[in-house]
Amino acid sequence: MAAAAESYPDELLYHHEHDWARVEDAEAVLGITWYAQDSLGELVHFEPPEAGAEVAKGSSYGEVESVKAVSELISPLSGEVLEVNQKVVDAPETVNEDPYGEGWLIRIRLADASQADDLLDAAAYRQHVAEQ
Amino acid sequence: MVPFVGWEMPVQYAGVIEEHRAVRTDAGVFDVSHMGEIEIEGPRARELLQSLLTNDLDRIGPGKAQYTLLTNERGGIVDDLIAYELDPYRFLLVVNASNAQTDFTWLKEREIRGTEVSDRSAEYALLAVQGPRAIERLGLQPAPAFTFRVGEIAGVEVMVNRTGYTGEDGCELLCMADDAEQLWDAVLERDVVPCGLGARDTLRLEVCYPLHGNDITPETNAISAGLGWVCALDKDFTGASELRRIKAEGPQEKLVAFVMEERAVPRQGMPIAEGGHVTSGTHSPMLDAGIGMGYVPAERATPATELTVDVRGRPRRARIVQKPIYKREENA
Repeated sequence: MAAAAESYPDELLYHHEHDWARVEDAEAVLGITWYAQDSLGELVHFEPPEAGAEVAKGSSYGEVESVKAVSELISPLSGEVLEVNQKVVDAPETVNEDPYGEGWLIRIRLADASQADDLLDAAAYRQHVAEQ
Repeated sequence: MVPFVGWEMPVQYAGVIEEHRAVRTDAGVFDVSHMGEIEIEGPRARELLQSLLTNDLDRIGPGKAQYTLLTNERGGIVDDLIAYELDPYRFLLVVNASNAQTDFTWLKEREIRGTEVSDRSAEYALLAVQGPRAIERLGLQPAPAFTFRVGEIAGVEVMVNRTGYTGEDGCELLCMADDAEQLWDAVLERDVVPCGLGARDTLRLEVCYPLHGNDITPETNAISAGLGWVCALDKDFTGASELRRIKAEGPQEKLVAFVMEERAVPRQGMPIAEGGHVTSGTHSPMLDAGIGMGYVPAERATPATELTVDVRGRPRRARIVQKPIYKREENA
């Protein structure tokens, strides 16, 4: 496995539970951060929500598992699931290889775009990681 | 690093799956110095052990080792261990770290005249070097499983035991604790991959070696656990009469191995809908599927039977398979 190098892209928004969101107009793509995948180790399972399900900001929308541990996925934003990344369902290690690109988890239609204002920017999230 | 019965142990070095593959294809080394060592010596050492351990020590001799159980009156498993016959009057037991104190007390309380039971755990370190190329990388000569001899590696005197917990060829090197660092470095210099507790668990589960505390406990009997093959029921030992009865009547539940048919990772404690529960579970790096062991009602404990594992409220299908789950010939 080619593990990714540590990074927290500036264009993303972050939740302190180590989840990221890429807001694209009325939609957002969600995933877990480099720190989250590194803490878990190589992922072996992604338990996704169903397309059409509602996810709520701050609540669990699924799970990811490594050999060592299982972790709940905390949604940084509320909305309806439009799409699940089947590539990660089939090959969960994709998240370790490319956590912000090929390893995205779900795409949602935002319920309330203003919720994004509460999220951390990259600098604030880096600070949060440094304190872990 | 994680705390494990008073020891600080690495879960992983490079990563569980990478370490696992190294042991299946080449060689890996585990520092298992946390394991306990108990020595029993004296003219009646054999007699004492024959009355407490399930397997028959008369089947081995000096230079040989044997997998065996320490059982209670109910036939429950106090510990599983390997007994080494150092000479006809001296035996070394390598026991689980979490049970070392219990085992020592158990044996010490039953000491008879002409035997001396000593806890040597603090004196020794133990490195398990495992994998198809382990022996070659250490420059050792081939030898049968469950034999041992004294040798030297990189200037360190070691007891080379042809035993392990991975299902691969290899050895366990017992040395004085002060020499452990030198031995560890010498093994790594031979391109053996350092491995942590994580890979140790996935490797042993693929080959269905039970883990004491998970799959076998003082509450589970040796017959239900599928360990009747290490119980010499024709001799007398603690729990033998109860084990004879269970064997004659048939156990109520049996420890089975299973493979998930849907993507999910079974974990210890998950209920099985048809009865019973998971005692060990993980993701198998070799099968790329969830695997586990668990107790199920005896009438269901046959290979190919379907089970439903309750994965945090989600029913997931699994199928009972023959042990071991991973076989080199079929999967190579």
